[in-house]
Amino acid sequence: MSNVKIPPVLRPSTGGEREVAADGENVGEVLRALAAAHPATENQLFGEDGALNRYVNVYLNDEDVRVLNGLDTAVKAEDTLVILPAMAGGA
Amino acid sequence: MEGLQNRPCGGRYGDIVEAIGNTPLVELKRLSPKPGVRIYAKLESYNPTGSVKDRVARGLIEDAESRGAIGPGQTILEPTSGNTGISLAMICQRKGYPLKVVMPDNVTAERTQLLTMYGAEIVYSPGAQGSNGAVALALEMAEADASYYMPYQYGNSANPDAHYNGTALEILDELDEVTAFVAGLGTGGTLMGNGRRFKEHDPETTIVAAEPLQGELVQGLRSLDDGFIPPIIDLSLIDRKIFVSNRDAVVWTKKLLEQEGLFLGVSTGAIAAIATRIAGELDEGNVVFVSPDDGWKYLSSGVYTKPIDQLEAEGVLDSASFW
Repeated sequence: MSNVKIPPVLRPSTGGEREVAADGENVGEVLRALAAAHPATENQLFGEDGALNRYVNVYLNDEDVRVLNGLDTAVKAEDTLVILPAMAGGA
Repeated sequence: MEGLQNRPCGGRYGDIVEAIGNTPLVELKRLSPKPGVRIYAKLESYNPTGSVKDRVARGLIEDAESRGAIGPGQTILEPTSGNTGISLAMICQRKGYPLKVVMPDNVTAERTQLLTMYGAEIVYSPGAQGSNGAVALALEMAEADASYYMPYQYGNSANPDAHYNGTALEILDELDEVTAFVAGLGTGGTLMGNGRRFKEHDPETTIVAAEPLQGELVQGLRSLDDGFIPPIIDLSLIDRKIFVSNRDAVVWTKKLLEQEGLFLGVSTGAIAAIATRIAGELDEGNVVFVSPDDGWKYLSSGVYTKPIDQLEAEGVLDSASFW
C-alpha cells in the first residue's frame, strides 16, 4: 500500500483524514483507489476526461508526476504520494 | 588595466536602473558532493534593490513603455509577494509612475518597509491564500478600474524575456557548458527564460524546478478552483519539478551561511537543496542555480538566529511566506 498525503483543501472529502493508504501499480491506480474509498474526492482529482484535474499537482516522493510519466508513473509500495493544490509562487 | 585585481569591475552606468544585472556567479565548493561536479550560484541579491526581480520589473516597465501602453503619471498595479513590488517601486519612483501593489498580509515587516520607503501604496490580501489571493484581488481591482495598468508578471512574456536576454546570457558568458539549471518556481519567469536559452544552447541541459511546499496555514484555499498556474509556464520545458518543505529550505539556508559564508534568502535555501541533490546524481558537469535574494528581508522571521526546532515549535515554518 502506498501512502497518500491529503492537502487541507481535500480533507473534507476524506472525512478529515490527512493520510490515506491506497493500492496501485501506478499513480493513476493509486488515485483511483483513493477515489473509490472516498468518492467525494473523485470529481476534484479527475476531470471529465479522466485526466488529472488541472489544479491538482501529485508528487511521487516529492517529484511532480506531470514531468515524469503522469498517471502512468510506476509506484512502489513504500512510496509516498503527495497531493497539493497548484499555488502561485511569488516574489 | 593595471591595478584592477578582479574581472570584471562593476561597470559605469547612467543611472541605477541601468545598473541592473551583471551579477556574480559564485562557486560553492563545500556544498559540491563530487569533485567533478561544480555548483554555481548566480547571486541576484547584487541587483540594486537586492533581488532578481529588478530584471523582471525593468523588463515589464520598458515593455509597456515601448508599446505605448503607459505614459507619464500612469498608475501601475501589480500582485506580488514582495520582491517584484520592491523592484517596481524603485523603478516607478525613478520614472514617475505611481505604484499600487497587492501583497499577502503575512509577509515579513521588512518587505512592507521597503515598499513604503520607495513610495508604493500597499493593498493587503489574506495571507492564508498565499500569492493566489494577491493575484485574484489584483485581477479584480484591474477589472473594476480601467485606469490601472497591470504588467502582470505571471502572464507577461517580458518576465521570462528578461532572463532569456539577461541572466542566461550572463551565465553562458562565464560557462561553456551548463549541465543542469535549477531555479525556484514562482511566476515561472526565471525557469522559462533561462530554460529556453539553455535548451537552445544545448538541448541536453536539464532544467529543474524547485517548488515551495507551502506551509499548511498558507494553503488556505476554499476549493481547488482557487488553484493557479501562471500562464507563462510551459511544463514541457521542465525536466524535473521537485518540492522542498519550509523546514528543508531553512536548514539549507543555514548551511549556506555556515559552510559558504552566504547570507541568502530562504527560497535560495530550497533551491540549493535541489541543486545539491541534482549534483549528487551527476558524475561531472556544472550545476547552476539562481539565488533570488539575500537574507536581510527575512531577518525578523528569526530563521537565521533561532534553532530549527524552535522555529518549528513556534509555528514559523507552517505560517510564514518565504517565496
